[in-house]
Amino acid sequence: MSEDTNQTSGTVKKFLYVNRRAPHGTNYAQEGLEVALIGAAFEQDVTLAFIDDGVFQLKKDQDTSDIGTKNFSATYGALGDYDVQKAYVEQESLDARGLTGDDLMPLVYEDEDDDWEEKPMIHIISAEEMREIIDQSDVVLNF
Amino acid sequence: MKFAVLVNEGPYAHQASDSAYYFTQAALSQGHEVMRVFFYHDGVNNGTRLTTPPQDDRNITNRWSELAKQNDLDLVVCVAAAQRRGIVDEDEQKRNSKDANNIAEGFRISGLGQLVEAGIQADRLVSFGD
Amino acid sequence: MLHTVNKSPFEKNSLQTCMRLSKSGSSILMLEDGVYGALCGTEIASSVTECAKDRNIYVLGPDLKARGIDQSNLIEGITVVDYDGFVKLAAESSKVQSWM
Repeated sequence: MSEDTNQTSGTVKKFLYVNRRAPHGTNYAQEGLEVALIGAAFEQDVTLAFIDDGVFQLKKDQDTSDIGTKNFSATYGALGDYDVQKAYVEQESLDARGLTGDDLMPLVYEDEDDDWEEKPMIHIISAEEMREIIDQSDVVLNF
Repeated sequence: MKFAVLVNEGPYAHQASDSAYYFTQAALSQGHEVMRVFFYHDGVNNGTRLTTPPQDDRNITNRWSELAKQNDLDLVVCVAAAQRRGIVDEDEQKRNSKDANNIAEGFRISGLGQLVEAGIQADRLVSFGD
Repeated sequence: MLHTVNKSPFEKNSLQTCMRLSKSGSSILMLEDGVYGALCGTEIASSVTECAKDRNIYVLGPDLKARGIDQSNLIEGITVVDYDGFVKLAAESSKVQSWM
């Protein structure tokens, strides 16, 4: 992949990546994750939100071997390496789909401000809190 | 105001590219700057010069090429999404040993960093998709 | 903030999610198939009417016309705009979130 020079002069914006689709039936989830990783590589303040069917992207134990597609779910684990610290999952979306936090991948990041302690990246929040997260972002991308 | 536009779907199958075109055109006619139109996901399919739509229908790709030419618009097709879908320029043709290229006039292939850069530099990023 | 919704509420839940996650005082623009959310007399019309009390709801005129929807059939309080109006809404808002 060819990348052009970053001409952003140190500007840091709050990028929010809103994921609302289930994985594998389409490749929006995979391509959305690729953009999120690039945003983090550009040292922007990256947050991911999982709403509606997007919560299925974080489901544990995905195994695509019998459908022959790439199992990109392991890539969520790389987010922490790119210093992504916040993945917000909407409670209402989990409830509607019969899921709880225990069904989700245990994504973590290492907090450099706290002696590299491993901390959870996923935060399950209410619709009201999600509204605030969206409102406080600078740039919102939907996948 | 500096706008950036993101197009996530290909021509004809979704209205996204049409909506993005009319939005871009309106923004330019109001004197705003549209710093980039970035084509991602199936949106890269807007960038092939090999479409032959019916004579009585709009030519979506040519329309973008024309708008780009008249307004010095930067039309960028994401390289990763383009590789998956077979949108190829001369460089990609050589790099990946393909026997042809098909990028349309006015479009260029580049990385996702161009989308992130557009998000950083523009005042408003407006997305069109499914 | 400007939210855009381009899917019919009878096909997908984008409008419903947008209404749930948009703040009071924000603007919502229905375009493409999203304009069906502006029709009165549907099963979603009462929630859109309720939402219109503290959001500014707009609908894209060219997309209404394309779908044969007369403006007299729209939920009260929804404003029709064209592409110029869409650009103005985007310019006047802090950012744009597209619920697709």
